[in-house]
Amino acid sequence: MSVVETTRRGEVAIRGLSKSFALNGQRLNVLRDLRLDIRSGEILAIVGPSGCGKTTLLRILAGLEVPDTGEVLIDDTPVHGVGTERAIIFQEPRLLPWLTVLGNVAFGLDVRGDARTYAEEKARHYIRLVGLTDFENAYPRQLSGGMAQRVGIARALTVQPEILLLDEPLGALDAMTKITMQEELGRIWREEKVTMILVTHDLEEAIYLADRVLVMPKERGASIRSIDIDLNRPRDRSENRFVRQRKALLHDFGLH
Amino acid sequence: MTIQSIDTSPLRRRHEDRAGAMPGQRLTAMGRDVLSRYGLLVGFLVLWQVSAKTGWVNPSIFPPLDAIAAALWKALASGRLVGDVAISLQRSGIAFGAAVVIGIPLGLFMGQIRSVERALDPILQLFRQTSALALYPVFILLLGLGETSKIFVIFWATLFPILLATIGGVKEVDAKLIEMARTFGASRLTVFRRVVLPASVPAIVVGLRLSATTALLLLIAAEMIGANKGLGFQVMNAQYNFQIPLMFGAIFLLAALGLTANAVLVTLQRRLCRWSEVTR
Ligand SMILES: Nc1ncnc2c1ncn2[C@@H]1O[C@H](COP(=O)(O)OP(=O)(O)OP(=O)(O)O)[C@@H](O)[C@H]1O
Ligand SMILES: [Mg+2]
Repeated sequence: MSVVETTRRGEVAIRGLSKSFALNGQRLNVLRDLRLDIRSGEILAIVGPSGCGKTTLLRILAGLEVPDTGEVLIDDTPVHGVGTERAIIFQEPRLLPWLTVLGNVAFGLDVRGDARTYAEEKARHYIRLVGLTDFENAYPRQLSGGMAQRVGIARALTVQPEILLLDEPLGALDAMTKITMQEELGRIWREEKVTMILVTHDLEEAIYLADRVLVMPKERGASIRSIDIDLNRPRDRSENRFVRQRKALLHDFGLH
Repeated sequence: MTIQSIDTSPLRRRHEDRAGAMPGQRLTAMGRDVLSRYGLLVGFLVLWQVSAKTGWVNPSIFPPLDAIAAALWKALASGRLVGDVAISLQRSGIAFGAAVVIGIPLGLFMGQIRSVERALDPILQLFRQTSALALYPVFILLLGLGETSKIFVIFWATLFPILLATIGGVKEVDAKLIEMARTFGASRLTVFRRVVLPASVPAIVVGLRLSATTALLLLIAAEMIGANKGLGFQVMNAQYNFQIPLMFGAIFLLAALGLTANAVLVTLQRRLCRWSEVTR
């Protein structure tokens, strides 16, 4: 690998982003003048109370929502609409009920016109990663909520995006599967050097995975802070420094 | 493509489960199945036969089933009814086919474009609520008393269930799935082919079933009003000539036609809509 990266990939610059919605005849300011730089290959976790605008921010980054002011630059190019260098894992799985797990996971590549055999081969790889090999031919209605969510994760991974936007991807999983999936996400990140923006309610997950945790406050307009996580990888949840980070973050939320 | 990739494994698995059971158990279970499903029907037919034979009902109005079967067989074997069946099938087939060929694409198009749908909906509702039979005299006036007006009235009545079901199916497609497809860079056409179309299939098939029933209904009505051939005509004609067994024979033939059409569509529905939980 060369020392100087000539092509930066998956670098995100958020410039003065504001977004408000009309709600019951009033304007609801969700994001106000948000500025943020996300390095190529960084994992940024976003935490914050329900309704503070995390999903809205991800949707703007995905190009599904247009900001009122400001812009998002990806590798110095302004975002206009969706782009295949980004993939979003929604808060709900959004699987196509008429396709099997394999069909759903291969969907992204299928849509791009990749050959069926190639798409399925790659899909099988990621199905294995999320631990669903035995359910390759199952239909979405035959899956549990957590399994469906993992199919959604595999589907986004299969297209190997530069930037992966994750909206509480592990929220529906049991504690054990969650830890396995966190490890898998960490491994995928190490292997593919993808930039990850991860919305989560789970502080431990944020500290385990992220280089930086962005704390979005409940009061709109209050400043958004980010906290660096200086822990060596792979991280150990029981390590003293890990626990201290967790305490510091809780303190940040006003919880002691 | 999409339709083909609607896989078939769950039902197959159910068959395998059954095949795994003991053959004896399977037979009794099947017997119970058949009995609970067809018991009442068989009872009804037996009652009919017995009442007609013993004279509980007037056998010249309700002839025994064997007399009906004999009359039907004679009419079919002599080739008399065959031509009528053929022309009835032709009329309803052409009309239904035209309704499918026009209704589905038009519905897919209208369902996609909000403004078109909004503009056309009131007139569609008006047409749908106006009985096709009430318009039959108008069609006869415009198209004459021949085949064209008969086929057209059936077409008219079958078009609306298909059209409205298709529009409804397209409109009901989960916007979140469309959004998901778009994030993978799917073009409008791809979204249509890979998401909108397969998602609307169950609604469309329901429309087809409704339409097939309507087609037979209108076929009989049209043939009773102004025809000299066709099963509907034969029912009327037999009654007029007091050939009551033949009349019932033709009625049963019509019922069989309806059942066959429905069975074909149910099979289609099973094949295409296995993924959706509501199959009926
Ligand atoms: N399309 C919309 N129209 C009106 N209001 C909206 C819309 N989308 C989001 N909002 C509002 O914006 C606010 C932020 O919503 P968002 O979904 O971003 O929250 P969130 O931080 O993701 O919450 P959660 O953790 O519960 O998922 C909420 O108050 C919500 O009501
Ligand atoms: Mg959210």
